[in-house]
Amino acid sequence: MSGTFNPGPLHSESQALNMFMKPQPITQIADVVVVGAGPAGIAAATTAARCGRSVLVIDDNPAPGGQIWRQGVPSLRKFDAEGVTRDRAVERMLAAGVRVASGCRVIDTPERATLRAYREEDGAVLHVLYGRLILATGARERFLPFPGWTLPGVFGAGGLQALVKGGYDVAGKRIVVAGTGPLLLAVAAHLRDYGAKVVTIAEQASAAKLALFSAAMLGNPAKLMQGAGYRGRVIGTPYLTGTWPAGAIAGDNGLLRAVKLNNGKRVWEEPCDILACGFHLVANTELPALLGCELSGDFVKVDASQQTSQKGIYCAGEPTGIAGLDAALVQGEIAGLAAAGQPTKHLEKRAAAGRKFAAGLARTFALRPELRTMAAPDTVFCRCEDVQTASLAGHHSWTEAKLQTRCGMGPCQGRICGPAAEAVFGWKNASVRQPIFPTPVGALCSNDSIEETV
Amino acid sequence: MVKLTINGAAVEVPVGTRVASAMLSANAVCRTSISGEPRTALCGMGICMECRAVVNGVPQSKTCQLACLPGMTVETQGPEVQR
Repeated sequence: MSGTFNPGPLHSESQALNMFMKPQPITQIADVVVVGAGPAGIAAATTAARCGRSVLVIDDNPAPGGQIWRQGVPSLRKFDAEGVTRDRAVERMLAAGVRVASGCRVIDTPERATLRAYREEDGAVLHVLYGRLILATGARERFLPFPGWTLPGVFGAGGLQALVKGGYDVAGKRIVVAGTGPLLLAVAAHLRDYGAKVVTIAEQASAAKLALFSAAMLGNPAKLMQGAGYRGRVIGTPYLTGTWPAGAIAGDNGLLRAVKLNNGKRVWEEPCDILACGFHLVANTELPALLGCELSGDFVKVDASQQTSQKGIYCAGEPTGIAGLDAALVQGEIAGLAAAGQPTKHLEKRAAAGRKFAAGLARTFALRPELRTMAAPDTVFCRCEDVQTASLAGHHSWTEAKLQTRCGMGPCQGRICGPAAEAVFGWKNASVRQPIFPTPVGALCSNDSIEETV
Repeated sequence: MVKLTINGAAVEVPVGTRVASAMLSANAVCRTSISGEPRTALCGMGICMECRAVVNGVPQSKTCQLACLPGMTVETQGPEVQR
């Protein structure tokens, strides 16, 4: 791909040294810099480039697409509609002249209007100078601890889908999909496409809440059809509402043998090889927060042009509210236009529809109180530091728990146990510090740089 | 196909396969946690850090975001690499 950023050959034999060496950073300058190459980022970059701006996209995955448009190994399904849509969008972006720095993770902001990114593959460091910045950092799954959730064979729902697209062979495996959110059905359908046997889908939301949601969707036939389509692809699989995981059980060989499910009336064991479990999504707001963008609850506050409280910094997609693909695309387009100084009023109606959908999702898939007590006292709560649930009880805040137990002090920087602690204990994590991802010290010390203007 | 080594065993995977996925297909765990539990990838998107393993001698490599390359050596990250 001509638009792909490439500072030179890889030196795999020297990768071990890169941890300690001072790599020479590369400086890139662009009118508009976009962080994240999911649907929102791609839409924003394409739009800004078509308005004549120089655009650079920084993305931590090896290839553009983000999560919902993730590239992967082929499935058994003959026609990959999502893949076709993504390829077209990526082609349009590159044809508009957008440059993409893949495999690069933004770690900090060393000075005003500058981002620093680290490329793990070869230890390269990028200094990125922007005129306008568009943050399209997406979302991650919410995980809640329950007995056995750290066992090999237990994955996130979207997590398993990503790993399967990445080549994990699940053909013939018996899989239980559990948790909450519209993602569960989509994941189940995709797993079937890769030859897995999805034995049960367990959705914690009640049948009554889901019925209300479906009724509200009558005004949005495309969304309704999409849901029905996924359901049709897993028609032989029970979709249990008001049901949640009570535990993952390992056999004598240490491998997952079954998952315990609870519907409030009874608890039973469902034999399986794999459990895919996620509790809707959490916005990735670390970078916006680091840049001083004001948050409103769990999300980045934006105006009608997707501009954050920081002038010249825009935000699009899930970080502004979990609203899915259509909202991400329209918000991305608005942000791209606004960053290029163009009017956006004609898109506001579509953006408002996205916000309404987000509110519906939040209501329907709100966590039931029983989920707060799934973890046993000896259940690991913080997977990085192996902090057990019992040792968190009795603390009064996230900060206090961190200081006393090391919960949230490991390499994920509290991205997994933080939202779990908020759900279970009601603790809010207020602070974000740079680097926002673990980075080798050598990369942080680098200074002199080669300049490249996009 | 791409040929690489996972915990000393030669494996062959389709082009584009992520290291974490190749480890799962080969029944290899990514790392041993600080209290000694076996762990494999959870989030699949570079957030949870459970997929850290030793790739070409480099510990703490996030294998879910790395593509398998010819000749790569991948090893389960042992308890000696703690933080």
